[in-house]
Amino acid sequence: MKIRAQIGMVLNLDKCIGCHTCSVTCKNVWTSRQGVEYAWFNNVESKPGVGYPRRWENQEVWNGGWILSGKNKLKPKMGGKFRLLAKIFANPDLPEIDEYYEPFTYEYQHLQKAPASRTTPTARMRSAITGARMEKPVWGPNWEEILGGEFSKRAEDSNFENIEKEIYGQFENTFMMYLPRLCEHCLNPTCVASCPSGAIYKREEDGIVLIDQDKCRGWRMCVSGCPYKKIYFNWQSGKSEKCTFCYPRIEAGDPTVCSETCVGRIRYLGVLLYDADRISEAASATAKEDLYQAQLDIFLDPNDPAVIAQAREDGVPDSWLEAARQSPVYKMAMEWKVAFPLHPEYRTLPMVWYIPPLSPIQNAAEQGKIPGDGVIPDVTRLRIPVKYLANMLTAGKEEPVIHALERMIAMRAYMRARTVDGVNATGVLERVGLTEQALDEMYRIMALASYEDRYVIPSNHREYAGETPFDNELAFNYRSSCGFSFGNGCSEGTTKTSLFGSPTHKNTLSGKTLAVKVKSNEDL
Amino acid sequence: MANYINQFFFGIYPYLALTVFFLGSLLRYDRDQYTWKASSSQLLSKKDMRVGSNLFHIGIIMLFFGHLFGLLTPHWAYHFAISAGTKQVLAMTAGGIFGLMCLVGMVLLIRRRILDPRIRATSQPADLPILLILFVQLVLGLLTIPYSAQHLDGSSMLALANWAQHVVTFQGDAASFVAGQAWVFKIHLVLGLTIFLLFPFTRLVHVWSVPVQYLSRSGYQIVRKRA
Repeated sequence: MKIRAQIGMVLNLDKCIGCHTCSVTCKNVWTSRQGVEYAWFNNVESKPGVGYPRRWENQEVWNGGWILSGKNKLKPKMGGKFRLLAKIFANPDLPEIDEYYEPFTYEYQHLQKAPASRTTPTARMRSAITGARMEKPVWGPNWEEILGGEFSKRAEDSNFENIEKEIYGQFENTFMMYLPRLCEHCLNPTCVASCPSGAIYKREEDGIVLIDQDKCRGWRMCVSGCPYKKIYFNWQSGKSEKCTFCYPRIEAGDPTVCSETCVGRIRYLGVLLYDADRISEAASATAKEDLYQAQLDIFLDPNDPAVIAQAREDGVPDSWLEAARQSPVYKMAMEWKVAFPLHPEYRTLPMVWYIPPLSPIQNAAEQGKIPGDGVIPDVTRLRIPVKYLANMLTAGKEEPVIHALERMIAMRAYMRARTVDGVNATGVLERVGLTEQALDEMYRIMALASYEDRYVIPSNHREYAGETPFDNELAFNYRSSCGFSFGNGCSEGTTKTSLFGSPTHKNTLSGKTLAVKVKSNEDL
Repeated sequence: MANYINQFFFGIYPYLALTVFFLGSLLRYDRDQYTWKASSSQLLSKKDMRVGSNLFHIGIIMLFFGHLFGLLTPHWAYHFAISAGTKQVLAMTAGGIFGLMCLVGMVLLIRRRILDPRIRATSQPADLPILLILFVQLVLGLLTIPYSAQHLDGSSMLALANWAQHVVTFQGDAASFVAGQAWVFKIHLVLGLTIFLLFPFTRLVHVWSVPVQYLSRSGYQIVRKRA
């Protein structure tokens, strides 16, 4: 047994209002630069839909994630090491930028500089790559916002597998949910596995997966390897970039930017302990339906004295063990079993988990009653088909999802009875196997969701990290400086030409005027 | 004068070019590794990449190793197995086949770089020139085939191999081997050395980083410990 700790995340989809605040704050912090205008380390999709980039969940198209090869050995779906290297000159599994969207900006300058005219001047769209005029955007990180577009197109959503989906195209039966997505910081990441340069790595102390920007050679295999399509190729720097889990904040004990700014308070961060020696065993479960349970099986109980002793031996600090005992993520994933991994069938053992959303009971009004056993309603009558949620969260296995939804409904029923009717409806709790004590804690963490309960993040240890940005001297040096740059600080694209090349584009996201590189027919 | 030019280009220029090649690469790797990359533009435009880039790369890699072994293997190391004449025919055939593959690929890539608006807009200043230089070099290389065909005894090949071997072993008389050769060989050599000279300042540096170590990496995953 080799115990490692990771900061995991849970998103309570039942409370997501689809406001995109997480996406926007993340973008402002991390991808407001040339080359990654199209990249959203965090984006929120409306489901059902094919998402961003288009059809990212369809691994028959993109070959992301892992498969079990003949001898039950794990192998990236895009191929083993030789096959992967054979794709290095032209990667057939790489999405073109149009699958995300062509980045663009508007001609704001025209509003100030336009000559007198009979009509109001407008700021038209220009490509941030070529500078040529674009007529309209055709795809984006939330293109199907609130079921935008025809059902026939959205129905290509892979989560409709084994579902008679036609009836969900009818207005009366339609359903939707939000799915905020970011890097999963997997235990068995395919991006790391597919990087020929060895530039991507998982941090031992907190499990965050990062790309070494100096070591990355831009072979772009990670973009294909990641089944969540959460690695983005920066077309200016020629290197791949990804969600950093805001590691500078995590190290200081602060939540990630997406979590901090979530107005719905749906995000939770907490420590999970797991057995690193059993990662490949868990990822190699033969039946894909068993993968969810297999991942649960390698998580360790932070209250178990044997686990605590072994964790100390393996170098997990006591403050982290204490945080693991308070971890909301552990409670939701392991104790209450209400949170699930996103697409466990990719065999990456993702560490950003989701609580499925409740939805109105189908036809309840017509029937004048809520179908069920009289204690809690029948969750299979929920508007969002359980099979759809199961395809997304448990590789198609419905029982765990039903179990979680029943517990969430039970929590509502119990609290309603207690606060409205003034009775303790313990029958409801017995039905879903919860104690009153557990329910109180569930209610406190999931419904009230105070800041302290949502984010239990132990700060990083100076004695392990060496000099940190919190050393006074360094803190002053780094204040207001840039994260990523082309090696010339915050100069915003004014980098002088060097012998070894320099950026070809200015940062249009900083409001600078766009240099038109290639004129469109309309310009000429 | 002719002798001086010959001595400069084939006796001195090789050392200038190779010094810049090695030192420039080293300095760039050490000082500016963020710029060390393959500069793939496939994300922006996929068209013609599968055919063009594969043909180009496979062709040019085979040509590179063909030249490397062909020029630097001493005559005594192979003459008992294969005569110089046969080796020359072998080199002409293999060079012709891979040269044509590379040519087709390169034409597709050059067309893409010039005509595709996205690729044109994101090209570094050195990207197109180095591609065109490689193209000219390839065409010169293919043009040597008919010259070689005029004498199939391998004498030219041996002279050029002697030149290369005398250069890399620092024997001062290397230039004398090239003096009597056809113009096309001479230009091909000078341009080839120029490519070495320009190498550290272009995207070609990614050649150094061929990720062969990937094949010998134990397992797939990488976990970094705290420094």
